[in-house]
Amino acid sequence: MSDQNKAGTEVRVGLLVTCLVDLFRPGIGFAAVKLLEDAGCVVSVPSQTCCGQPAFNSGDRANARAIALQVMDAFANVDYVVAPSGSCGGMLARHYPELFEDDPALSARSRAFAAKTHELVSFLVDVLGVQSVQAAFPHAVAYHDSCSGLRELNVRDQPRTLLASVAGLQLREMKDSDVCCGFGGAFAVKYSDISGAIVSSKTACVEASGAHTLLAGDLGCLMNMAGKLARDGSKIEVRHVAEVLAGMTDAPPIAAAAPEKA
Amino acid sequence: MTAYPTSPQFRENARAALADGQLQKALGNVRTNFIAKRAAVADRLPEFEALRDQARDLRDHVLAHLDVYLEAYERKVIESGGHVHWARTAEEASRIIVDLAKSRGARSVAKGKSMVSEEIGLNAALERAGIKAVETDLGEYIIQLRGEAPSHIIAPAVHLNQEDVEAEFRRVHTWLPKDRDLSEPESLLAEARAELRAKFLAADIGVTGANFLVAETGTSIIVTNEGNGDLSQILPRVHVVVASIEKIVPTLEDAAGLLRVLARSATGQEMSVYTTLSTGPRRADDLDGPQEYHVVLVDNGRSNMLGSEFEEMLRCIRCGACMNHCPVYHAVGGHAYGWVYPGPMGAVLTPSLIGVDKAGHLPNASTFCGRCESVCPVRIPLPKLMRHWREREFERHLSPAVSRAGLGLWAFFARRPALYRFVTGLTIRALAWAARGKGRFKSLPLASGWTAQRDLPAPQGQTFQAQWKAQQAKQRKRS
Repeated sequence: MSDQNKAGTEVRVGLLVTCLVDLFRPGIGFAAVKLLEDAGCVVSVPSQTCCGQPAFNSGDRANARAIALQVMDAFANVDYVVAPSGSCGGMLARHYPELFEDDPALSARSRAFAAKTHELVSFLVDVLGVQSVQAAFPHAVAYHDSCSGLRELNVRDQPRTLLASVAGLQLREMKDSDVCCGFGGAFAVKYSDISGAIVSSKTACVEASGAHTLLAGDLGCLMNMAGKLARDGSKIEVRHVAEVLAGMTDAPPIAAAAPEKA
Repeated sequence: MTAYPTSPQFRENARAALADGQLQKALGNVRTNFIAKRAAVADRLPEFEALRDQARDLRDHVLAHLDVYLEAYERKVIESGGHVHWARTAEEASRIIVDLAKSRGARSVAKGKSMVSEEIGLNAALERAGIKAVETDLGEYIIQLRGEAPSHIIAPAVHLNQEDVEAEFRRVHTWLPKDRDLSEPESLLAEARAELRAKFLAADIGVTGANFLVAETGTSIIVTNEGNGDLSQILPRVHVVVASIEKIVPTLEDAAGLLRVLARSATGQEMSVYTTLSTGPRRADDLDGPQEYHVVLVDNGRSNMLGSEFEEMLRCIRCGACMNHCPVYHAVGGHAYGWVYPGPMGAVLTPSLIGVDKAGHLPNASTFCGRCESVCPVRIPLPKLMRHWREREFERHLSPAVSRAGLGLWAFFARRPALYRFVTGLTIRALAWAARGKGRFKSLPLASGWTAQRDLPAPQGQTFQAQWKAQQAKQRKRS
């Protein structure tokens, strides 16, 4: 399907599965693997924990640097590092170079590493030239632009391009799709009531869109919005965009109960 | 007025703000009006992004040569017949102005809108000296009646609704007939103007801030939409400009470039209604103007920011776009931040000026959504600077012990992949088992911060890495 294989060269992609996907929703990881393999990539999953963002955003540069080095070592032998997350992708691609800017050797290395790192959907479209996927999802969906993907990695049109090729899918743009959902990592817990107010504004926009399913590219935001919708008794389903693009939507949506077994 | 700062009580302030129905109604206007207007006016100007780059570069240039430009500016002010006073601290700045007023026998001071005058606590200092300060900006006038501080750097009364203002006018302007219509902003402005006209004429001293100080000419520039700044500085005998040292620009042309991004970013106007330049006192052939012209240049911590990781904050031209686009500001409003400067710019500037030990909540209470940086006319990397404050806090052990311990424990595992996989594998399976069939937790020990507001989605089952490893092993066996 991909242009890359016509040249006969193998595109080796290391999947940074992200800690949240690893722990909470591995299905997103398998959807990412399928999308990458369908596009002709050879996917590996180096041993990993987290990208270090919690330490970085808490002001703990020493641990952030140690974890960044661990990630750069683990993914040294792949052509690309791809994450199903704009937030973790942004950490590698924008913030690793900041962490090492005072160290000449590591600075160059982190910049080279940043240059080979991509968020999943923008990698498919911008790097591999994928314009369509083989999937069906006969529902109206709203797409939330997660902040880091949007503002650090310019992820905006790419998911919409691929969603347009999903059979039966109807995209209902919602108001303020580019406004933060209030997750913000530890912010959601530390300033719980402010976060709650922000996510309420977001879910009001989701409800007003009339969508059946809410999609986004970051599991942190999705867990926040799905958790709020579930708390409010909403019928709206929530999934990662990769699940829909890969046609892997058999698992129950995020925060939803498993269907009763007949 | 509330005693500043209340930043240490940010959490309590925020909680009260979230429960305040009138405030929440007023904040709705910030969410819609400012954002739509800025977007529209930026779209209409093809070179807007290039102008932002130029504005950033110009401000950086000024900060790199601040001493040179400040001295050049001082010379020009003196040449034009004015006086320059240097104030190291807020107290010094206030004292200089109070002494000036006392020595001129002043009884009342007319003030144009000025955030730095809030920063130095000027009104309170004047009042202690028995001198009445009259705010002449409509928004400032309203909050002065209410005994409040500004909640926004360009729209000080944005936390109020029209009916709040009407009620305040009817309370204070007791002479108003009951059938007088005050339902429109214009009618409120007319009422305030009628009342203020007499105060302008009675004022002995006019105090204004400055949007820019021009080094080549010794000129101060203010922008307003009501014209009150003009009257504040032309009618009284003495005009005092109070401005922080980083407001300098080299030339009038540079100021013009910054004006092009300022109003667009602030209110979505191409230009503010009034752009007022003042250079020195009244000259022999001038028809009006003050007899004396003074400039008070306030440092108050800014020179410490030069050369530090917070220097970029001094590029700020006080447009307010960052707070207009901030989801946290939208949720809690400006007063919750507890000091003069709210929103993202306040979250960086306030710890610099009053100490991170007092203002530590501010740079932490951000989702790092980055929308502030994306609209800043001088491209200040606000999230990055907030993160630098978190780093300072972490280094000085100012962050709460519980979160430090949690972070330390997490980092211990995150740096040991094999141990991490083992421990998370067990934990996740246990969690998935506990939530079996339900898909989410309504509450969970140690997760109350999360579940206070929303359910916690349950894990699907085994971790991705465990399943991947098993799958790879199976494939190897087959081949």
